[in-house]
Amino acid sequence: MIDVVDVVIKFVLAAFVLIMVLNFAGLHTWIERKQSALIQDRIGANRASIFGFRLMGLFHPLADAIKMFFKEDLIPKGADKTLHTLAPLFSVFFALVAFAAIPFGPDLEIGGRVIPLQVAKINVALLYIFAMLSLGVYGVILAGFSSRNNYAILGGLRATAQMISYEIALGISVVGVIMVYGTMDLGELVAAQGELIWGFIPRWGIVVQPVAFIIFLVAALAETKRAPFDLPEAESEIIGYFVEYSGMKFGMFLFTDFVETIMVACVATTLFLGGWQIPFLQADDVSNWVFVVLGMASFSIKVIVFCWVFMQLRWTLPRFRYDQLMKLGWKGLFPIAIANVIVTAIVLVMIDLIGGKS
Amino acid sequence: MAKKVVHRPELTFWEKLYIPQILTGLKITSIHFFRNLFLHIVHRLGIFSHLRAGVTIQYPEELRPLFSRYRSRHRLTLRDDNTPRCVGCMLCETVCPAKCITIVPGEHPDPHVEKYPVRFDIDLGICVYCGYCVEVCPEDAIRMDTGILDLASDTREGMRLDIHQLMDPELRKPVADCSLEFPHQCEVTGGGMKGSWDQVKKSADKQVVAGE
Repeated sequence: MIDVVDVVIKFVLAAFVLIMVLNFAGLHTWIERKQSALIQDRIGANRASIFGFRLMGLFHPLADAIKMFFKEDLIPKGADKTLHTLAPLFSVFFALVAFAAIPFGPDLEIGGRVIPLQVAKINVALLYIFAMLSLGVYGVILAGFSSRNNYAILGGLRATAQMISYEIALGISVVGVIMVYGTMDLGELVAAQGELIWGFIPRWGIVVQPVAFIIFLVAALAETKRAPFDLPEAESEIIGYFVEYSGMKFGMFLFTDFVETIMVACVATTLFLGGWQIPFLQADDVSNWVFVVLGMASFSIKVIVFCWVFMQLRWTLPRFRYDQLMKLGWKGLFPIAIANVIVTAIVLVMIDLIGGKS
Repeated sequence: MAKKVVHRPELTFWEKLYIPQILTGLKITSIHFFRNLFLHIVHRLGIFSHLRAGVTIQYPEELRPLFSRYRSRHRLTLRDDNTPRCVGCMLCETVCPAKCITIVPGEHPDPHVEKYPVRFDIDLGICVYCGYCVEVCPEDAIRMDTGILDLASDTREGMRLDIHQLMDPELRKPVADCSLEFPHQCEVTGGGMKGSWDQVKKSADKQVVAGE
């Protein structure tokens, strides 16, 4: 029997996550403008105003959205209309749907009912997230293919090759983490990171798997198609897979970018920075409500820090050339990731043999 | 031709690792980021306002400082009684390479002052801002130091400045009422004059005829 309350709770959780993610993604355009302005000693977009209020340019995302909606929606002659319309939807859908498996807070207790703050409690959550991230490639390749434009196809292929190449490094870098914690359930994985090593170091992923962390960060940047790996888009220089898109469909591709950035930040937080864990704070120390609020705040802060780092990298580094990109992916990250897995396996077995607990 | 061998510097081990180099770059951008963020915040509180948080000059609200020698829009300097210093000697009209100055002189009631400009027009659509008129003026009657840069108009008529606008840089066309406090023969003060080019010209012509 399906309990009605359970269904309602799931809907509320899903709506909460969706609203947070969409708003933060919208805010990302503002962050991008302002952060780049600060880095380059500029002031940044601040002219959009409502009744004379400018609010440091916070109305610019709104103005952008209105502009996107009112632009003409072109479908090129000879293009596959269905796929052409579906491609941006795929992109956004798969980026958003992956958030279902992210645990964004500790268990909440209301009236004797324990609610895990995770929309879908899947025991292979990590696999699910990676599957959804990989399916995002479909949006890209379909956009290139359905546009009936050779440049779009080339752009789409380029983007696909890049995403698939870095997915391998991304996947293998995570294997080490899975081996250390022995679970793919993100809820358990975060719970396992609450422990302390030798009583004072939090057993976070970044402590036990520093190499995997760096590989994950680099591969994740490439996966989200953000600079310095933004060859698929390259706003001004190279033709990307969405040449034939205009209006809100184009906006959706842009939006996917920001959603994926947040997605990757969430995964990195969950795997390497202990998710909602606060060092040296256990569930028994404070009341449940306080613990939940603190946990969610901790998770949000970590995600925001990751987004800040990604943005800072995006405005620091020049773009990779395509052969350098492939070289880094296949000759750099891939072997290091495999070596990391092997070393992790050996160390784990050694610890087991010596008799300590892994 | 001598062959020049250029030795490209080899990357060192640390440079090949990328990560230290990336961190160096991040350090630079982060210094800028946090410095500007801090300055923006304290500017809101009204302190450290002498340190700029950005090089951007927010144009319409904030103007770039001009050099004292900068040649901006012209103005006619005034005597103590608010009449123009110009004595209608025609030197500026003569020296003007673009021929944008038109002067119609009239007889000044004061016998120590020979003439005064009944009409003094500069067509800024033609003016080349050479500053010769300022150089040549024996009376220091014309200067280019108003600092007004936003000269634009929808019409050619709008680019012509008459004596009212030249004497009072704040005035913009259409000139509402004559502010020229000229106690003698200037019909503009007689009321009804709205700064129209033709009317000024007509009255000026009359002036010339009457002078003869």
